[in-house]
Amino acid sequence: MNYWYFPGCSLKSTGRAYEESLLAVFRALDLPLQELDDWNCCGATSYMSVNEVQAFTLAARNLGLAEKLGSGNGHGPTDLVAPCSACYLVLSKTQRYLGEHADLAQQVNAGLRAVGLTFENRVRVRHPLDVLVNDIGLERVKKQVKQPLTGLKVASYYGCQIVRPFATFDSPWAPTTMDRLVEALGAKAVKWPLKTRCCGGTLIGTVPEVGLRLSQILLQEAQRREADVVVTVCPLCQYNLECNQAEMGRRLGEPIRLPVAYLTQLMGLAFGLPERDLGMQRLFVPFRRAAAQEGGRAAHV
Amino acid sequence: MFDASAHDAPRVGFYICHCGSNIAGTVDVESVAEFAATLPGVVVSRHYKYMCSDPGQELIQQDIREHQLNRIVVASCSPLLHEHTFRHATAQGGLNPYYFQMVNIRENVSWVNPDPTAATLKTKDLVRAAIRRVAHHRSLERKRVPINPNVLIVGGGIAGIHAALTLANAGKKVTLVEREPTIGGHMAMFDKTFPTLDCAACILTPKMSAVKTHPNITLWTYSEVSQVDGFVGNYKVRVTRKPRYVKEELCVGCMECVTSCLYKDARFPDEFNQGLSKRKPIYIPFPQATPQVVLVDPDTCIQLKSGKCKKSCVEACERDAIDFTQTEEIKELEVGTIILATGFQVFDAARSPFYGYGVYPNVYSALEIERLVNASGPTGGEVLLRDGRTPKKVGIVHCVGSRDEKTNRWCSRVCCMYSLKLAHLVKEHTGAEIYNFYIDMRTPGKSYEEFYDKLLKEGVHFIRGRVAEVTDWARSPEEEGKLIVRVEDTLIGVVRRIPVDMLILSVGLEPRADAQQIRRLFNISCSTEGFFLERHPKLAPVNTFTEGIYIAGACQGPRDIPDTVAQAGAAAAEALTLIDTGYVEMEPNTAFIQEAECSGCKSCIPLCPYKAISFLEDKKKASINEALCKGCGTCVAACPSGSIVQNLFEDEQIFSEIDGLLADVAGV
Repeated sequence: MNYWYFPGCSLKSTGRAYEESLLAVFRALDLPLQELDDWNCCGATSYMSVNEVQAFTLAARNLGLAEKLGSGNGHGPTDLVAPCSACYLVLSKTQRYLGEHADLAQQVNAGLRAVGLTFENRVRVRHPLDVLVNDIGLERVKKQVKQPLTGLKVASYYGCQIVRPFATFDSPWAPTTMDRLVEALGAKAVKWPLKTRCCGGTLIGTVPEVGLRLSQILLQEAQRREADVVVTVCPLCQYNLECNQAEMGRRLGEPIRLPVAYLTQLMGLAFGLPERDLGMQRLFVPFRRAAAQEGGRAAHV
Repeated sequence: MFDASAHDAPRVGFYICHCGSNIAGTVDVESVAEFAATLPGVVVSRHYKYMCSDPGQELIQQDIREHQLNRIVVASCSPLLHEHTFRHATAQGGLNPYYFQMVNIRENVSWVNPDPTAATLKTKDLVRAAIRRVAHHRSLERKRVPINPNVLIVGGGIAGIHAALTLANAGKKVTLVEREPTIGGHMAMFDKTFPTLDCAACILTPKMSAVKTHPNITLWTYSEVSQVDGFVGNYKVRVTRKPRYVKEELCVGCMECVTSCLYKDARFPDEFNQGLSKRKPIYIPFPQATPQVVLVDPDTCIQLKSGKCKKSCVEACERDAIDFTQTEEIKELEVGTIILATGFQVFDAARSPFYGYGVYPNVYSALEIERLVNASGPTGGEVLLRDGRTPKKVGIVHCVGSRDEKTNRWCSRVCCMYSLKLAHLVKEHTGAEIYNFYIDMRTPGKSYEEFYDKLLKEGVHFIRGRVAEVTDWARSPEEEGKLIVRVEDTLIGVVRRIPVDMLILSVGLEPRADAQQIRRLFNISCSTEGFFLERHPKLAPVNTFTEGIYIAGACQGPRDIPDTVAQAGAAAAEALTLIDTGYVEMEPNTAFIQEAECSGCKSCIPLCPYKAISFLEDKKKASINEALCKGCGTCVAACPSGSIVQNLFEDEQIFSEIDGLLADVAGV
């Protein structure tokens, strides 16, 4: 089995720790991700609202590239793994729409043909959570755990885009894949109802007071439920929740300090991988192996 | 009686109906009558304002006598409405009624074609087709089959109970088959009934014991119908009786066995109380269960699971009623009519996870609350939270699993009213503040709106809006430990957070999970949502498309107790009508096999949806049971040797009809 990896812009910039930890964890599980050669911007959510056909074409070029390469080892499905929530949403949406609307697919394919590509709906857009739980399986993950995170209380935060509206691998209202992975690492998944509540998204740049408030609500609730750490699988969520904690205190009062890590970083720690391979040093609110191991007691610095 | 053989030269009487302006407003009926008069064989051609009226029918009879007509064609409305009328008029005139053909120029022409020229042209084509066809009609006889007066009723809820008593009181022998160990159905679980607030048990249990003691009713509980053969008036039914491990005729319900069971404490979820209390492996579902007989649950009884129990129950039973050797029993039964009253199931609220059912312990389904407010329920009628506290604020969410694109799209009809009832009862029991979250209040029914008004005056809150989510996400000390209901109050246009201690989900009604299997067993249809389909939604609401099988109650669609009882009475009346007629007349449009040509290939047998074809092993020929055949024509089309013929749809008749239709185009 082979997976094509679509990093998108975030995992090469603000989300470098996500890329580093993701690749390290998949390597440890003997499932190397192979970066899709010559990938381009997914278009994110903004291009869609400017020109739909062009936006679909831009995203579909990546799908076409993966289809051209095929499964990579001659058999099995062609899987394209998109770890960033926005990329995952846009690529899934593109696949869904082109599959459902023949006229749109025709327009997009006309564009793709100009660069020697086509989209024939043969590729599967996958989220790492989907691959980890459904392809690799929790048993395999458990086997890889060398340093279980016993006693650590983890609030899994899914954000809005992973399970809504296109994903089929988890419940859109009460997703559980991340919680099950967290439990597989030996940690305790905190039960909380804000798993999929908006983190503020890009409001942080446009209406900062609102954006900050939305993020703060999530952190406060996680803290109220005694979470030692919040984990996420979205670079924008991670940025919003983690990098702005000082700003929240300044602008809204009620200062807060709670580590926010990528799920794959937590997995890497449990797998016993070196911290540097997981980008732990990139976190603004430090969260180190010691903290994870001591049931989070050292987490709150 | 004057009769015409198929070989006589046809003398056709043709009649076109104005149907007021329904037909004549679009179709030029006079020109059609003139046109028909020119066709070969037509002796009389008339147009008339209302052919279905007495003078209209009289016209046909008179013409038959005066002009020695031997074929009749009427162009009017749908045969579903008046084919019977005109066949009758034809017979009154002295002809075999099957020398008649009807043309539907209302539903098929004037109502759907606004252009008079085109409509008139189409009418002429249809009329020519019918006139050509009717020449090939033959004299046919309707067969009479006697009816077995016994009735089977499936389902022992209030619908089945009411229908059974109605029929039994009319002197008919009834067998009532119920799947559960007791009759009573959902109604037995309710505390009070809306809008009168009379006690459900007080009005139901007398009827339950009347069923048990009625000399004309045989009650088989813990039993299921497993096979149905035959046809209207003559059904052969097989019923599987599950073992209770207790001899029903000996047990008096003294409960000594239950007291002495090795399990000192009840520890298994009690189905009747929706799992809110526990029962033992040997139990009686509820105090007024009918029959008043205990049963043993094979999944939890030590003796039945392992064979290693000291069987203190057997010792305790003075009447030697307990019998661990009991096995499933198959009963055969012959009945003439069947009433299905298999009821509904409530929507599983966990399918809408945003309401928190199954996540937060103090979110309840309405059926659970029915048990909580009931004096014989798990708390003796006290409305308590799972931790024993009395709720101070209670929310009731309407339309859970109703009017929802993602689950069930239909309105379940009873939830608004039962939500009001529960609001009243919970307020009465606890004095709590009550919030109803509704989309629309639907209270049509005698004294229903008045009941709603009463609740408004009692100070119950009504918030118009669909609840978005239920969480334990407290944002202030007052919200701590509460369930937070987030809802858009659409009347004031704001999103509100309402903290409550207890949340009641007013779950909708849906078809039973096995409705499709039951439908196949009895050879009836389901509508798209899965409820049993009535023959006509307005004019034949308890009939099905299978003769002699009737439906009553919520198996046909969500309904409340008054409507269910009315429908059960209607179903009983329909069955009585058939029984008291004494026989059924079978339509002669059945198929038959011309044995000389049948090669015995059996291809027709599996195709017949009514299991009407069997194989005669001695002759190596197929044979069609006329009483079972519905005249669908599937076998006729499939027969490779063309040996199957269907009355009224013979090749000659159909081909001449086609010729008539296409005569204008083909010039024949």
